[in-house]
Amino acid sequence: MKKGFGVAFMLFLVTAGTVLFHVFSPWWWTPLASNWGYIDDTIILTFWITGVVFVAVLGFTAYCVLRFSYQEGRRSEYKPENKKVEWWLTGLTSLGVVGMLTPGLFVWNEFVSVPKDAAVIEVMGQQWQWSYRLPGKDGVLGTTDVRQVNDKNPFGINMKDPKGRDDVLISGEDLHLPLDKPVKVLLRSLDVLHDFYVPQFRAKMDMVPGVVTYFWFTPTRTGTFDALCFELCGVGHYAMRSKVVVEKEGAYQAWLKKQQTFAQSLRAAEKQSGAESKVASAQGSGNAAGGGSPPLVTGR
Amino acid sequence: MNFFREITQKSWLPTDGPGDEIRDHGAFALPQATVGLRVFLVVATVLFLLFVVAYSGRMAFPDWRAMPEPWLLWPNTLALILGSVALHGASLSARRGRMDELRTRLWAAAALSMAFLVGQVLVWQELFALGYFAAANPANAFFYLLTAIHGLHLLGGLGVLAWTVTRIYGGVEADQFKQSVNLCAVYWHFLLVVWLVMFGLLSFT
Amino acid sequence: MADIVPTAAEDIPSAEVAEVDLYHAKSWWTKYVFSQDAKVIAVQYSCTAIAIGLVALVLSWLMRLQLGFPESFSFIDASDYYQFITMHGMIMVIYLLTALFLGGFGNYLIPLMVGARDMVFPYVNMLSFWVYLLAVVVLVASFFVPGGPTGAGWTLYPPQAILSGTPGSEYGIILMLVSLALFIIGFTMGGLNYVVTVLQARTRGMTLMRMPLTVWGIFVATILALLAFPALFVGAVMMLFDRILGSSFFMPAIVVMGEQLSYSGGSPILFQHLFWFFGHPEVYIVALPAFGIVSDLLSVHARRHIFGYRMMVWAIVIIGALSFVVWAHHMYVSGMNPWFGFFFATTTLIIAVPTALKVYNWTLTLWRANIQLTLPMLFALAFIVTFVNGGITGLFLGNVVVDVPLSDTMFVVAHFHMVMGVAPLLVIFGAIYHWYPLMTGRMLDEKMGKFHFWVTFIGTYTIFLPLHYLGILGVPRRYFEMGDTSFIPDSAQDLNAFITVAALIVGFAQLVFLYNLFRSLRHGKISERNPWKAASLEWQTAAYPPGHGNFGEHLPVVYRWAYDYGVPGAPDDFIPQNVPNNAVAESHAEAPSAADDAEAPRT
Repeated sequence: MKKGFGVAFMLFLVTAGTVLFHVFSPWWWTPLASNWGYIDDTIILTFWITGVVFVAVLGFTAYCVLRFSYQEGRRSEYKPENKKVEWWLTGLTSLGVVGMLTPGLFVWNEFVSVPKDAAVIEVMGQQWQWSYRLPGKDGVLGTTDVRQVNDKNPFGINMKDPKGRDDVLISGEDLHLPLDKPVKVLLRSLDVLHDFYVPQFRAKMDMVPGVVTYFWFTPTRTGTFDALCFELCGVGHYAMRSKVVVEKEGAYQAWLKKQQTFAQSLRAAEKQSGAESKVASAQGSGNAAGGGSPPLVTGR
Repeated sequence: MNFFREITQKSWLPTDGPGDEIRDHGAFALPQATVGLRVFLVVATVLFLLFVVAYSGRMAFPDWRAMPEPWLLWPNTLALILGSVALHGASLSARRGRMDELRTRLWAAAALSMAFLVGQVLVWQELFALGYFAAANPANAFFYLLTAIHGLHLLGGLGVLAWTVTRIYGGVEADQFKQSVNLCAVYWHFLLVVWLVMFGLLSFT
Repeated sequence: MADIVPTAAEDIPSAEVAEVDLYHAKSWWTKYVFSQDAKVIAVQYSCTAIAIGLVALVLSWLMRLQLGFPESFSFIDASDYYQFITMHGMIMVIYLLTALFLGGFGNYLIPLMVGARDMVFPYVNMLSFWVYLLAVVVLVASFFVPGGPTGAGWTLYPPQAILSGTPGSEYGIILMLVSLALFIIGFTMGGLNYVVTVLQARTRGMTLMRMPLTVWGIFVATILALLAFPALFVGAVMMLFDRILGSSFFMPAIVVMGEQLSYSGGSPILFQHLFWFFGHPEVYIVALPAFGIVSDLLSVHARRHIFGYRMMVWAIVIIGALSFVVWAHHMYVSGMNPWFGFFFATTTLIIAVPTALKVYNWTLTLWRANIQLTLPMLFALAFIVTFVNGGITGLFLGNVVVDVPLSDTMFVVAHFHMVMGVAPLLVIFGAIYHWYPLMTGRMLDEKMGKFHFWVTFIGTYTIFLPLHYLGILGVPRRYFEMGDTSFIPDSAQDLNAFITVAALIVGFAQLVFLYNLFRSLRHGKISERNPWKAASLEWQTAAYPPGHGNFGEHLPVVYRWAYDYGVPGAPDDFIPQNVPNNAVAESHAEAPSAADDAEAPRT
């Protein structure tokens, strides 16, 4: 057997094995349930372009190992540079890069431009659970402030803001979304970084305490989907789960009617507790009256 | 060194001799210690620049409250300037071989620098007494952070200066300590500039 | 090269470089422990790095056991797991790879390859190692403090890193940050040496473009490190303030478990910018030395000059420069201004061009070569495979919108392990097989080496290739266990178990390698001088292995680049760098390989 055959064969095997694994892998992305098919397309395009390069480079390497493995008395070619080859390779590589980057940037432009008619919802993360807030009848989410978070106001909704009273609050339960309606998801965190991700939607963004971030998508398929936390947020990170239910408009409206608004939850909380807590909540709103804007300086 | 010309050289082509001009130095016609110090100054500049970037980034947030400026910072600054001047003088004395003058100036520089450091600690104490803790506001925290990092750099410089002084008293050749003193002076000038920039930053924001 | 012009080679003065003040060891202690000889410091650096790397290897086994067989190991709970991944990552990236490439190979090879007697500041060089050792000790200490080491992930993102919901937030995180600061101080001392030695202490005739690519890689990587590490230093010190003094650099107003904390107004994203301004160049701090070394391994063992040497140098410089303007591609979904995405995606994909050119030139070096399939060559070939694979997946993650579904999945884990874990490690192994004879005068055992190679190469590939597909499926990274997740099929768990078994096997193959390292010290085959017939300067020393001061009475004078293999008309198939043109004809007699001329045909 020719010297170098074994190694060249292994190189060939690794290359071919990689391609075969790619083609026959049972592990592949989850079926799409949003409008972000373009992202999948860009990935496929990238696989094609880079796949060709992968096979070409490794095939060439394997061939060289087979063809030019050591022979007593042979000299290797002495040709330090070949401008032509290098320019061609630079050109082709740049072409491939442009081919991947251009569609990528177009899709990104779409990703960051939220359609005007998108419904706004809010996802709030805290160690280690998800809560959701919908704008209620007025269609506007009330302003929030971390400093106003307490037992009765777990979302930290600004007590003075009338727009917050009718906000629909969902904690410890699934989020429902109507089919085929674009959604702008506002992301907020009370404590550390989190990341709300449903793999079928393909879109995600970190939530950062102190800022409100966002992404948007349109659910295109009904069903119940797992939502996971995708940014390390402490020891309970792996258990920070929820579900998103995408359903037709009618079912969605029926679900929405059953949900509690902020005002309702405040009343319920007051009813439950005795006179003592009434005093506490009065103090709470007193605080809110004292400062509509975030407290600026907090000493120890 | 013409860096561009050098890295476009076709180095596989045969040359008759070693192929470089006869040289008695490396890429730069400078002593190695000087090049070393300059590289270090670049690194230190990057460090302080990044602090300034972080400072201005954090300043943009609404909870920023400017700090009072203790009057003691002015005499401190004066001490550092005089220390820098003294070392510069020492460097000149070393070059001219005036040993007594050199020693006086080195001691003066060391004393002034120590005075600066003690003064900075006093400023800290004063701020503590007034209740400006690091936790209270990022401006305070930055003040402690920047002055601490700057002070540590100066402390490191004092270590090298002490080593130089012992060598001079140990009777080392003039050629050898001339360079050490000169490099100390350069380092002190650098730290003075850093301090002035930081002082400006801390007092105007 | 055929027309050899006689010159008065003897008249050329040897190095006119200022002689380094050599510190001559007076006792056993100053010779082997507090040594100022770069070669001894290199060995100290390497041994420390490998020792702490073994800890990280064991941590990876533990985490793989948990991932492969969840709920089977009661001694691993979630906080242990997060501590394992954090320490594994940090140790591998900083304390093993960075320290080994720059502190180990840099110290050993730079002075020898540029024809210097030692580093220019030997005393500072010695301090560098001891501060590094202190950093390692502080890091190890964090395993033994109450609460254990930090489990914040190697990225140490605040606020999570210093809050109570993260393991090790009591003392672990403090020790971690202190250790990093120490490492940076120690590295800066060493880095000044590497840079100034390359700039100022090259021997006569060693122009920049005659330096082996190994030196170029380490040189540029050191510059990157000197400029990038300050960002980590700034981030680490500021986070220490937040943790210990309660300042709010990175900490906004926060409610943890219903309790209002006194932080307010800080920016977690500011830390991410600082971290990745260091973190991305860090990738190249590890990769560039690997690029350089693998170029030399390929060239020597393929008996051919490196193809497109100038392009290789320029690519290293360009990649180094570009690596400072791509950092935010780690932050596409961090919540930073989304418009940054356009800029950073573009710069990131541009960097693919010089990188791809390097790959092409490595393979073109093999074209019409005379390839000896020695162990270093095998590792170099394996590097090409893993690097091409890992580089390609980088194009996915760098293209901003493709990164959206893939970020924080196992795809990312697979990508960076392939490209900056496996690929550089393969180069390190190849380099050790290549330079071990120079360091010890003995060869490493070939049979054990072959076993080590095939298990490592095929093993790591089967670990990390399938891992990409788990990521595409949507399996997140940093998950203690998946539990029931509707979109993850049972087969994914089988695959995880398979990966774990492969990881254990690969891990044990490393023990064979370590055994080989120790056994060959005493029992290895005695190496002849310059066993690989390499042209570069480190093999042309007076003593073999080189002694203190590296070269003989006179420093060598360099007359050619480091890649004169297969020069037409020359008697041997290589010409050492210190052979003048008019001596090429006799170089056959002078060359260290004279004793063994079986492979050197005369033309």
